[in-house]
Amino acid sequence: MADVQPTTDPVRPKRPLNAWFNPRGRSINTIAFALNRLTAIGLTVYLFLHLAILSLLLRGEESWNSFIAIARTPWFLMLDVVLLFGVVYHMFNGIRVALVGMGVANYRQKTLFYVLVGIALVLFAVGAVLIFTK
Amino acid sequence: MAERDIEFKVFRYKQGQDAPSYQTFKVRCDENTTVLVALQDIRRDQDGTLIMRHSCHHASCGTCGMIINGREELSCVVKVFDLGTPTVVVEPMRNMPLISDLVVDMEPFYDRFNATGLPFIRQSEFLDDAEVAEGIEAYMRCENCIECNLCVSACPIMGSDPTYLGPAALAAAWRVVEEPRGIQTQPVLDWVDSANGCWRCHVAYECNEACPSGVFPGDQIMALRRELTKRKFRRLFGGK
Repeated sequence: MADVQPTTDPVRPKRPLNAWFNPRGRSINTIAFALNRLTAIGLTVYLFLHLAILSLLLRGEESWNSFIAIARTPWFLMLDVVLLFGVVYHMFNGIRVALVGMGVANYRQKTLFYVLVGIALVLFAVGAVLIFTK
Repeated sequence: MAERDIEFKVFRYKQGQDAPSYQTFKVRCDENTTVLVALQDIRRDQDGTLIMRHSCHHASCGTCGMIINGREELSCVVKVFDLGTPTVVVEPMRNMPLISDLVVDMEPFYDRFNATGLPFIRQSEFLDDAEVAEGIEAYMRCENCIECNLCVSACPIMGSDPTYLGPAALAAAWRVVEEPRGIQTQPVLDWVDSANGCWRCHVAYECNEACPSGVFPGDQIMALRRELTKRKFRRLFGGK
């Protein structure tokens, strides 16, 4: 089968960020889709940040202890809460995307979304409380 | 019948202009006025140069698709009062080249859609409990997809990849695979099993929300993936 005609529009050039993240007129599906991308970017950035912070260990006990002191401040714990949201959302929505993407439960994707993201939000709430209380 | 003036902010563009703009019109509407009828009123009474595409006025032909207050809709079945906004914003569909005002070039759509070989009319069997006149073994009916392009307009991936096959063509491809009715399915499967085929979909499912005729293209794309995954696994373990 031949290649298809591109849908390029000289009057309205494609704006991928707008297409992916603009919620105007969109359903919960776009929120799920956009959040999955944003949390993926966030987690990738975190991974490198995490490795950079671990490298403080190479500079000795004092530099690590001073980082730990910062890590226990309420503002830093808020970042942990944001990170936790990214992890649980991306994980549970990722399960849905993986299942549906292979044609499993594809006719029930919305129910799957509410169930899995519901579980993710419960875990997030419990985790957020534990971050500040333990 | 209660009447009210409603403001319409309409997307305008003519070939050769530098950039599109919006023009505002006031239209007297009642509870039965649809967006399409209001646009026809504008063209008849206020600006004869307003270009739009329409035909049947009852959601069968799929020609009057446009974006109304940010959502992909068939303008012939959207009642102005149901929108509940003092201003109705009307724009052409996304992700297809613009021709003029509210009309987009549908050629890239048909280029993809027709490649699947999906017949417009199919033969359908009767339900077991249907009362059928003697001598009739089957009847002909139109395919569900009305080729309105609303799913393509709503798809975020179509908004970033100009060569993506898109939800309508992929749904048509699945219909052919599901019920080949004499059509060779392997070339269709090979066509969609590509980087800009069914694997390009990122499961945003806006196509399902936009579809006015119950095709649910997102579900059909995932069914295609299931079939392809099944075949790949079978081949991996030595099957055909």
